[in-house]
Amino acid sequence: MSRITKAAATALVAGLLATGCAQGSATKGADSTPGGKVTLRYFTFSAAPDHVKDLDTIVAAFEKEHPGVDVVVETAPYDEYFTKLQTSIAGGTAPDAFELNYENFVTYAAAGSLLDLGTVADDSDVSVYAQESVAAFKHDGKQYALPASFSTVVLIYNKDLFNKAGVAEPTADWTWADEQAAAQKLTDKSNKVYGDFQPVQFFEFYKTLKQAGGEFLSADGKKATFDSPAGVKAATWLVNKVGKTMPTEAEIGGTADYDTNLFKSGKLAMWHNGIWQFAGLKDVPFGWDVVVEPGDTTKASAVFHNAVAASATTRHGKEAWAWARFLSSSGIAATTRIASSWELPPVSDQSVLAGYLKDPKPANRQAVFDSLKSIALPPVIQRQQEMQDAVTKELSNAAAGREPVKDALAAAAAKVDELLR
Amino acid sequence: MTMTAAPPEAPATHARHAPRRRLRYAGTVALFLLPSAIPLTLFTLVPMAASLWTSLHEWNLITPMEWAGLGNYTELLGDEGTRSAFLHTLVFIAGYLPLVYSGGLGLALLLNRAMAGRNLFRAIYFLPVITSWVVVALMWKWLLNPAGGMVNWALGLLGVQGPGWWTDPTWAMPSIILASAWKDLGFVMIILLAGLQAIPKEYHDAASVDGATGLKRFRYVTFPLLSPSTFFVVVISLINGFQVFDQVHVMTRGGPGGATQVVVEQVYDLTFRYGRAGTASALSWLLFAVVLLVTQLQVRAQRRWVHYG
Repeated sequence: MSRITKAAATALVAGLLATGCAQGSATKGADSTPGGKVTLRYFTFSAAPDHVKDLDTIVAAFEKEHPGVDVVVETAPYDEYFTKLQTSIAGGTAPDAFELNYENFVTYAAAGSLLDLGTVADDSDVSVYAQESVAAFKHDGKQYALPASFSTVVLIYNKDLFNKAGVAEPTADWTWADEQAAAQKLTDKSNKVYGDFQPVQFFEFYKTLKQAGGEFLSADGKKATFDSPAGVKAATWLVNKVGKTMPTEAEIGGTADYDTNLFKSGKLAMWHNGIWQFAGLKDVPFGWDVVVEPGDTTKASAVFHNAVAASATTRHGKEAWAWARFLSSSGIAATTRIASSWELPPVSDQSVLAGYLKDPKPANRQAVFDSLKSIALPPVIQRQQEMQDAVTKELSNAAAGREPVKDALAAAAAKVDELLR
Repeated sequence: MTMTAAPPEAPATHARHAPRRRLRYAGTVALFLLPSAIPLTLFTLVPMAASLWTSLHEWNLITPMEWAGLGNYTELLGDEGTRSAFLHTLVFIAGYLPLVYSGGLGLALLLNRAMAGRNLFRAIYFLPVITSWVVVALMWKWLLNPAGGMVNWALGLLGVQGPGWWTDPTWAMPSIILASAWKDLGFVMIILLAGLQAIPKEYHDAASVDGATGLKRFRYVTFPLLSPSTFFVVVISLINGFQVFDQVHVMTRGGPGGATQVVVEQVYDLTFRYGRAGTASALSWLLFAVVLLVTQLQVRAQRRWVHYG
């Protein structure tokens, strides 16, 4: 019987910890070092593995400016990050400050787990930020987080494979049809070379939906509208790549970072991925470049925002705010990000951003800024994770051939409608 | 007759000292029970009571709980996700139980004979039982990996194109069933082995004298006399089957496309992915009710097929 009770209790362990530990830590005072320094715990997913050193640079500069604060960095991979964050908040061991992405921001803000930064800010001037970025992290008129970085998704391609196959390199004018024609020519299954890689999941779907001219939710945000003809077209576009110009799930075999390794080994011609991959591709032994993603009836590029928030329960609100402010808007943070291609700082000063173009690799860095001209923001609802899982689940069923695309989308839309109620 | 004879004075002294002696006896028992009673209360009974309380609330783990009455239960009963989670769990049991029982029985019969290295084999088959589920699940995930796993490599040598195993919605559940049956085989074997050894040799001798051959002896002597052990194994395996989680969580996380989303995996997702601890607690109690019911039915039904000696 021990396992059923374990199951029954799973939900409660966290609860018991919540009451037990919160009381414990309130009296412990272990977060102050003997020298009277404040220890500030910061939890992040975007630093590891490529940018831990860059974050250290920013931390060192911050600690120099704030000698009374010791920032302790904790990292987790994106896949585990939100489970860990939620559990630590429930368990009363929440980090003082933590990274949040735009998609999950509303869930956390609405749950009351974030500190209203307006109550601890020394300086409420937000003109250093790009206005749409800072506005994205407001909830009910309150600034619950400060935008720290943004990134876009582009089409990364292997120049050598294109040249070898005698296929013209992608341009900004490409449509899905061009991409498909090239992918077919570039795929060489006998040598395990694939033309294309674009995961069949929520994030690719809402974007391709927009590229096909569809909308994910109705204008009032109360109904799912992605099971439209445009939705069917977008989902079909993704699903039909599997096993033809893109490896199947069985071929991937659950390998972590399969697509990254495939591209790095020179066996992937076109890769739909984010600019956060740039740093890791610095030393690959072949030529590569980027271009704005092909569209269908219109262009639409995914833009992701990450922000820094403070825990509602932190006892160091002022220090957490200072850190969030520094990490998101200081000159050293912006230049460190730009120099290491660690996404982009959401600053309003265009001259800072111009530095991003100086790096010679990839040559067409301008595509990153061009992609911002027509963007697709992820749909965000309070029950975000459930929505993302439901859409991805139905799409993968369609990709596995278990369900026609149309039925899969109808099922996903019904589920999302339920979540919106 | 001698059993009823007691010393004549005994009732008197018994009556006088009984309350105190009984109290002391109870105290002694309590003292010895304490080491297991404390953790049982702290880590089983209290969390169970707390989960019952939680199941009557909405709770996102972050903000205080809100009273929901039976709302979580009615929501779950009408939810497609609950139905498919129970269905997947039943599919798992339908594959797992026959496999683990017949496999365990075969091994037990095999290792019940006089043979060299018998104890070594028993130990080897029992090893997976005491191995951590995470280790076993990772090993099976690797063995059954469609991209370069050993099973598909071996099938390839035979000219068979192996399936996608846990990456394929159709084969994912069979993959988990296979891993589960393999791990629990040793447990079933040990129980049935003990059952086999408790069958008096005389019965077999008598059957032989009556002219019963091997198969008939198994059908009419061994199997019926093994039924108490079979009953135990079936009850325990069913309970374990309803609670299947570790292997699913490690091998597929309920995927692909929700094909292996079993009840406890659903409880995990509801709590730690979706922040719905109240609904998750209610689902745990629904599972508890189902397991209790099924076990009760088995205890009733056993009268018809379990023979004690």
